[in-house]
Amino acid sequence: MANFFLLLVFFILYAPIIFLIFYSFNSGGTMYHFESFTLDWYRELFSDVRLLIIVLNTLVVALLSALIATIIGIIGALGIHAIKKRTARNTVLSLNNVLIVSPDVIIGASFLILFTVTGYKLGFYSVLLSHIAFSVPIVVLLVLPKLSEMSPSLVDAARDLGANSWDVLTKVILPYLSPGIMAGFFMALTYSLDDFAVTFFVTGNGFSTLSVEIYSLARRGVSLNINALSTLLFLFTIILVVVYYFIAQRQKINTVGVRK
Amino acid sequence: MNSRLTRSWFMLPYTLWMVFFVIAPILLVIYYSFLDINGQFSLANYQKFFTPVYLKMTFSSFWYAFLITFFSLLVAYPTAYLLTKTKHSQLWLLLIIVPSWINLLLKAYAFLGILGTYGVSNQLLEAIGIGRQQVLFTDFSFIFVSVYIFIPFMILPIFNSLNELNPTLIDAANDLGASKWTTFTRVIFPLTIEGVKSGIQIVFIPALSLFMLTRLIAGNRVITLGTAIEQHFLVTQDWGMGATIAVFLILIMFAIMAITGNRKRGV
Repeated sequence: MANFFLLLVFFILYAPIIFLIFYSFNSGGTMYHFESFTLDWYRELFSDVRLLIIVLNTLVVALLSALIATIIGIIGALGIHAIKKRTARNTVLSLNNVLIVSPDVIIGASFLILFTVTGYKLGFYSVLLSHIAFSVPIVVLLVLPKLSEMSPSLVDAARDLGANSWDVLTKVILPYLSPGIMAGFFMALTYSLDDFAVTFFVTGNGFSTLSVEIYSLARRGVSLNINALSTLLFLFTIILVVVYYFIAQRQKINTVGVRK
Repeated sequence: MNSRLTRSWFMLPYTLWMVFFVIAPILLVIYYSFLDINGQFSLANYQKFFTPVYLKMTFSSFWYAFLITFFSLLVAYPTAYLLTKTKHSQLWLLLIIVPSWINLLLKAYAFLGILGTYGVSNQLLEAIGIGRQQVLFTDFSFIFVSVYIFIPFMILPIFNSLNELNPTLIDAANDLGASKWTTFTRVIFPLTIEGVKSGIQIVFIPALSLFMLTRLIAGNRVITLGTAIEQHFLVTQDWGMGATIAVFLILIMFAIMAITGNRKRGV
């Protein structure tokens, strides 16, 4: 009975995904009547230049934003760690967490106001900046615990041995933090790849990411290209999860991260 | 990092981020909430928010968020509990979490096919003799799909707090003659209430601000606070009113965080 309940939950969680993948091979063109096996939708997907450009956009935004957010996040974590006063530190930390707890709609709307007020044109750069912005705090939160667990005598030892500040940073601190940095980069990557709401607000015309594109396609109704696309995305997600799992194992994080 | 000056230069990117993307947006939202549709400074938006139309919308948004949270909890608690009893519980947990990593839009899209007029759900209903029903674009479909999406987020914190529970306490309760139900209500549940609280926090606030699902799955029948904000910003272009609703959503968010304790979400 207990196992039955668990299996039922598993079934319900995976059924929609399997359903999508199954019908991506349907020659019938609908999601309710399976005619025969075909790879046409995949062929159509790969010949759709517009969609491929959007996939490329999405990946470029994800990689760039994750990279830049990781750098800013490391700087932020080092800065927060250096603050000695407890109240000041907690204030900065709560400001840091604002974008993690805020609903996406509010982040999107407020960024839209920000870009409009400053006269910034909506498009690739506004999306990139927004993705960097909402990824920074998660990097800080993943790097900070590693930093506080690091013994300060490591830095002292390096200094005694004649290392300058830059050496201390690049040869002692950053290597020590690397598991946290990796996890942060990875989380930033997945946040960016998965984001819909914020991008939807700041994307303007002419630039689109995958989530926004799927939304506008889905509003027009069912089209099995999307199914083919989701199969590929599902495989991609599985690869990411496996990579993250190994990073987490190495870092001995005993909880699994959940997406925002 | 010798002097204060080099340190503040070094910190510049992070400081800029905080000023431009944390502090400025909050202030801008508050500023815009005082602008009426013609860009004049006024309290009209706040007056409008307290008219029956907006109060009713806020109330129904709360009601939906409550239902979504309630049903998520109803499914997630037993699942988390049973998960802790399995042999490779961390692996099973990972498997439960994986669907939450899949793009939200794709999951919503899958339900368009499943719940549609000729979809699997209607084939099932016909097979058991109820006959074809309109499932998509109803309150039921909205709540069902939302619960589906939020379940992993609810399971995780509950699982973690159940996992931290000292098993000897349950043995002690058994030894002292407590029934299974008493053990649950008097020992297990009170000791895992923190997990439940953070689960509620993780689900309730996003449930208030859903807007994509209300469009795709509920077919614009359900208006949540999030939908209203999106509507005002991107459709009617009344940013002032949108910002006012956003201000209230932020206030509600703080209130919920205060009630459920200030736990970090997400990670």
